[in-house]
Amino acid sequence: MSSDTLTAILFIGVVLLTVGITFWASRQNKGAADFYAGGRSFSGFQNGMAISGDYMSAASFLGISGAIALYGYDGFLYSIGFLVAWLVALLLVAELLRNSGRYTMADQLAYRMRQRPVRTAASTSTVVVSIFYLLAQMVGAGALVALLLGAESQSAKNLTIIGVGLLMVFYVTVGGMKGTTWVQIVKAVLLMGGTILITILVLAKFDFNFSELLGAAASNTGKGDAFLQPGLKYGIDTTSKIDFLSLGLALVLGTAGLPHILIRFYTVPTAKAARTSVLWAIGLIGAFYLMTLALGFGAAALLDTGAGSKVAASGGNLASPLLAEAVGGGDGTTGGAVLLALISAVAFATILAVVAGLTLTSASSVAHDLYATVFKKGKATERDEVRVARISAFVIGGVAIALAIPAQKLNIAFLVALAFAVAASANLPSLIYNLFWRRFNTRGATWAIYGGLIASVGLVFFSPVVSGSETALFTGHDWSYFPLSNPGIISIPLGFFFGWLGTVTSDEPDTAARFTELEVRAFTGAGAEQAVRH
Amino acid sequence: MSDLDQSTGQAHRHDPVYDELHATPEFDRLRKLYRGFAFPATVAFFAWYLLYVVMSNWATGFMDTTIAGNINMALLFGLLQFLTTFAIAWLYARYMNRNVDPIARALEKRYDDRLGGGAR
Repeated sequence: MSSDTLTAILFIGVVLLTVGITFWASRQNKGAADFYAGGRSFSGFQNGMAISGDYMSAASFLGISGAIALYGYDGFLYSIGFLVAWLVALLLVAELLRNSGRYTMADQLAYRMRQRPVRTAASTSTVVVSIFYLLAQMVGAGALVALLLGAESQSAKNLTIIGVGLLMVFYVTVGGMKGTTWVQIVKAVLLMGGTILITILVLAKFDFNFSELLGAAASNTGKGDAFLQPGLKYGIDTTSKIDFLSLGLALVLGTAGLPHILIRFYTVPTAKAARTSVLWAIGLIGAFYLMTLALGFGAAALLDTGAGSKVAASGGNLASPLLAEAVGGGDGTTGGAVLLALISAVAFATILAVVAGLTLTSASSVAHDLYATVFKKGKATERDEVRVARISAFVIGGVAIALAIPAQKLNIAFLVALAFAVAASANLPSLIYNLFWRRFNTRGATWAIYGGLIASVGLVFFSPVVSGSETALFTGHDWSYFPLSNPGIISIPLGFFFGWLGTVTSDEPDTAARFTELEVRAFTGAGAEQAVRH
Repeated sequence: MSDLDQSTGQAHRHDPVYDELHATPEFDRLRKLYRGFAFPATVAFFAWYLLYVVMSNWATGFMDTTIAGNINMALLFGLLQFLTTFAIAWLYARYMNRNVDPIARALEKRYDDRLGGGAR
């Protein structure tokens, strides 16, 4: 059997498996709570697996190991930031949000504020963050398939993006939250399994001596000890160092503001289960990121990562699959072909599970926040709302496809870091203020969201990523007035500042009074949404 | 039946039971216990993480120190971030399970009793 046939079989296997799960899950979908929150009936462990599956995206699996393979130690910051960030979610957000919200991120703001302005704002930022994140995943899928076909075929990449777009719309419209969750759980198992396998094979090449692996990486890349030390990518000058600090801030503060992560807390019956699910997620995600060290340095030690190599040409995104091929026996061997196909299929499953979660999040927010409350003023029936969510999934899928095709030259890890920066700037301030600041009000919430959103997206627009550098989106023009590619260090404090400013310049006694209710409900679960019993 | 009002999406306004629960000494104690752990722990891990990022940038001499073989201070520092994340998460869950959950359950029960018999 040729390697192409094997790859095709594994990819089709992944698609059939996820489609089957979706049909199976769809039989249990009855009302809105099922569609949006999977009936709130998942256990803490199940949700922990699903969170891991939702969170470990193409950026984690392909992007981080690629960044380590190319830049050595500096790639490791992503792993650390992505993990430590979970403490913000665990300590400040997960349990309180579970008790005070319902289906979307906007719910807990709407609990005590004027519905239409805060839902419009929160829905806007939900869709923007999710679309950035979606683009990263779809670009990753395109790159992966192009690698497997062995050619830089643009039409194959575009077809893959369209295929992924259609699949994600299918998962969401048919399976709802229940189907999406099971797809994410299965993906987490596949991803952990695949990563453990490659990690063991890599370490075995170095007699399970990690120090020796690092030494081989340092000498194979020709960069010596500098490869193992901070600074290869970000240590060039003060601007790049501040860029690194800015990236670090966005990573650690972004997770707890990612809408597709936040709505996962609604799928469990109690706040305690939300806590348990984050604990499981921290364990699984932490173990995974430790293994990305072996993958990244393993790729640096065993592959050609120099200029003009396949790894470098893909921005590092193909380091993991190519490493799998190398430890399986190399190019042209059966073992190499099998492992390459296997890991590529795992990466494909990874992408599918994440895009499903993102599409569901955006569609839910459009239907529940914009359609039901803003347009219908609360007069929409549950059935109507879910129908609109399904239609929205199609629209969002279409928009994501249309944007992903021109975005293919952008680096995956960068696109995801950008989503984190927007989430940390636009979403986190209003979430934290709302849960802990009695005085916080509608104007504060809308200013925090729009202020953080405009600041982060605006700064990126005027950064070297969009124009003025060789790798920019628009070459030949230069409007890069902002020197950093990561906006977080400016836009996150701005989000908090606007939230404060909006609050102190307006007076809303009702909102402060209702804080009493929010606090009791958030801390005790009194009157919180219950699980659906079938 | 959900206690959210469909027409506005907000909870019924000012159910006095919330004010009552809020005024109890138990609620005060619950909030103090939660904040007593969550706030200092957040400050601690955030400062610890920032220290790591800043040192990676501006204390390269220290971070480049070799510890054993090819393992240097930067790698050790990074791995310590993993360790502290696991430890804080575990300690927080244990603390909440032991100290905060019993109070929360008791208050929730009082709410259910007050609104029992189809009021919800």
